[in-house]
Amino acid sequence: MIPRGTRLLPLILVALVLVLTRPALAEVEVEEVVSPGGIKAWLVRDETVPVTAIEFTFKDGGAGLDPDGREGTANLAASTIDEGAGPYDSQAFQQKLADRSIRISFNAGRDALSGSFYTLNRYRDEALELLRLALTQPRFDSEPVERIRSQIMVGIRQSESDPESVGAKALREAVFGDHPYAEPVNGTEASLAAVTVDDLRTYVKEALTQDRLTIGVVGDIEPDTLGAMLDRVFGDLPETGRADPTPDIEPRIAGGSIVLDMDVPQSTILFAQRGMAIDDPRYYAGMVLNYVLGGGSFNSILTDEIRVKRGLAYSVYSFLHPMDHAALLRGGAATQNARAGETVDLVRQVLTDIRDNGVPADKVEDAKTYLTGSFPLRFTSSSQIASQLDAMQYHDFPIDYFQTRNAQVEAVTQEAVDALAAELLDPQGLLFVIVGRPKGLGG
Amino acid sequence: MRSLNIALGAATFLLMSGAVPALAEVFGAKETVLDNGMRIVVVENHRAPVVTQMVWYKVGAMDEPPGRSGIAHFLEHMMFKGTDTLEPGEFSAIVARNGGQENAFTSQDYTAYFQSVSSDRLDLVMELEADRMVNLNIAEDQFELERRVVLEERRQRVDSEPSSILSEQVSASLYRNHPYRNPVIGWAHEIETLSIDDAVDFYRTYYAPNNAILVVSGDVDANEVFAMAEKYFGVLDPSEIPERPDYREPPMTVEIEVVYHDPRVRQPSVTMRKLAPSWNTIEDRSETYALEVLSQIIGGGSTSTFYRSLVIDQGVAVNAGGWYDGDGRGPGTIGFYISPADGVSLDEAEAALREEIAKLLTKGVTEFDVERAVIRLQDAAATARDSLSGPAMTIGRALSTGRTLEDIEEWPDRIGAVTVDQVNAAARKYLSAPGEVVSRLLPEGGEKGAGQ
Repeated sequence: MIPRGTRLLPLILVALVLVLTRPALAEVEVEEVVSPGGIKAWLVRDETVPVTAIEFTFKDGGAGLDPDGREGTANLAASTIDEGAGPYDSQAFQQKLADRSIRISFNAGRDALSGSFYTLNRYRDEALELLRLALTQPRFDSEPVERIRSQIMVGIRQSESDPESVGAKALREAVFGDHPYAEPVNGTEASLAAVTVDDLRTYVKEALTQDRLTIGVVGDIEPDTLGAMLDRVFGDLPETGRADPTPDIEPRIAGGSIVLDMDVPQSTILFAQRGMAIDDPRYYAGMVLNYVLGGGSFNSILTDEIRVKRGLAYSVYSFLHPMDHAALLRGGAATQNARAGETVDLVRQVLTDIRDNGVPADKVEDAKTYLTGSFPLRFTSSSQIASQLDAMQYHDFPIDYFQTRNAQVEAVTQEAVDALAAELLDPQGLLFVIVGRPKGLGG
Repeated sequence: MRSLNIALGAATFLLMSGAVPALAEVFGAKETVLDNGMRIVVVENHRAPVVTQMVWYKVGAMDEPPGRSGIAHFLEHMMFKGTDTLEPGEFSAIVARNGGQENAFTSQDYTAYFQSVSSDRLDLVMELEADRMVNLNIAEDQFELERRVVLEERRQRVDSEPSSILSEQVSASLYRNHPYRNPVIGWAHEIETLSIDDAVDFYRTYYAPNNAILVVSGDVDANEVFAMAEKYFGVLDPSEIPERPDYREPPMTVEIEVVYHDPRVRQPSVTMRKLAPSWNTIEDRSETYALEVLSQIIGGGSTSTFYRSLVIDQGVAVNAGGWYDGDGRGPGTIGFYISPADGVSLDEAEAALREEIAKLLTKGVTEFDVERAVIRLQDAAATARDSLSGPAMTIGRALSTGRTLEDIEEWPDRIGAVTVDQVNAAARKYLSAPGEVVSRLLPEGGEKGAGQ
């Protein structure tokens, strides 16, 4: 492919932006760059700091590819891919990163593998070479693999006694049953022990492919220079790999509560119900609804009822959790055991009330002015902007998203939020998982 | 929100001390002092049309009256609960309605409040901060409700986390005289007894323009910020801030062992701590720079000397490292930690760690180690501006713990001047001093050396 329209597009965007948003955000021009080899990235040119940040994601390249019984493969690979590559063993590779203050890291999620790269421009050439080697020639020598495996094992064991982790596991299992989303990304002690170096190699071959790659770049780089960089770093990756077999699922959640006994003075409460997909046309209304419910900290009804009015918890929250194959509305709180039942009742009551009566008009307006007004706070560091660029492509958002997004939020009406609340909120299908020695449940 | 900044782990300390440094030319910070004594610092950064405002009070948990542990943090919560003209919660509601994000935190050394907001709303949030600096108005019912919230916060942060329970007890053993011995959030039995008068007294004593620093970072013009600060803060009267005791720790001559068993512990670990100088407790500050370089060399990360030897070469640990922290107003600490690998007892791991420390003292670090560490620290300074709130955090923390802008400005040069001899001399001086606290985190019923 040939680079197309990369020069013209930003000019058009600038014109649009001046009309739609505060002028300074117009300076965030997003350029689409396609390398001579056909690799696409979205770029924001920025000279504020002498660094280059790249954030990239392999969609369908996460734990969904883990072989049965060897859950934790993607996560172990992500944790060892930068522990030796090409001619460099683990220590040599890590020393090169350290000596040049280069940050390269990988993170395996349920649905995708994401990567992060950050370097001072004076080390950029060396840094890119290390990234290329990690992506295309990881060594998976036994010393680092075993070392990192044992560190992940420690984490798995520790999570067995951490209330939050214990609750999250029970919630996953109750909601997703035998769907892969019930499995932990880290794996279990047994499944992680079973992962072989061959599994890691196979995983890399199947997951790190050009067809599932999205890339966001921030730095003082000409598009031509970036094109060459993209080919150099990502050009040797295979075109395609193995599809993620994870099926879509609409979780059928039986409401109620699951109690897991733990001898601690505070009950950790997690809750979940059905959610909404990120490409749902009502998603912006969903953002407003969640802000009012429990996403907006001190401006949310849950915080007001549970923390401010009654002092029951230090933190209480909700969030929309759209994944690639399922969507949930989730939340949590932590309160002393004696008040756990009361807190659970309040959460259910707040949801019921919003479902039946809608949200107060001033709350809708407050949510919209917060969500639009705080949007520029996402553009304050190179990595943060690069991450936005990557996420926009991952979710098929338009390249002018930075300029059009606030208008979408502003267009959300009270009626839309109330209608969504009536349809989405499901107090009967609301599941609570409580870890601790809760009192007063079932009242 | 209303969160508490307790740097518990060594890793946190390292990250913090790694983030502090920055070339002043990189920040390009400008400062002025108002007639009432309030210091104003501005870092211009025009990348996005946003700004972070931070107000730092030079008062923290270490300034609490005896028996009133937790009042600094409790007051921080109450700062959101209304003024003469604002209802409880209205401060946060106004900030959020204007698209702002806000938070606050309390440490042993300072208390800070901040908002990140569109730069055309700086005027608004500055007026709000100036208002609550002098016009706080706390209602009894609000105070009682918030007591419950703070106790829940304590349960969440401390009681739910075995390593936090241990860490709190370790501080109570390490500091025999300094108020650092009390946890920032306070002891539960004292939080129960704190009164609204305690909060008001603390507020009236320490919240004043001459005990505060305003740091503004973002898309602003420094002179306009100075004028704005004059308008809102300049009109406030200074107050007489009492002289704080110069707490000094007596020499530590004993070894104290702190052991905590908890059925929730799945991975045992052992940590050794010694008192060390901090910027504020030492005359010859070149030693603190040398110790910062040492910290970088021994500190966490897979290329550090301790990790390489204990985790990679010997394979006796899943994790190991060391740290130095000397950023506070009170004494600093230097220490080491190790988590044994499967099949290695805690005693064996501890012995290996002690051998490594002995090796450090006899052989010392190399010139190459020092060069590498210095470059990394200076590189960190070169990227410190790639953030909106980072510069405000760095500057606020340094200025509220006794440093000047010049100290921040010259930091990379001072680090660059550190020699291998200085590092080894400082390491020997403070690591071979007698006295330390050894803490062990163990599963229930696990023997001291069980290690599984």
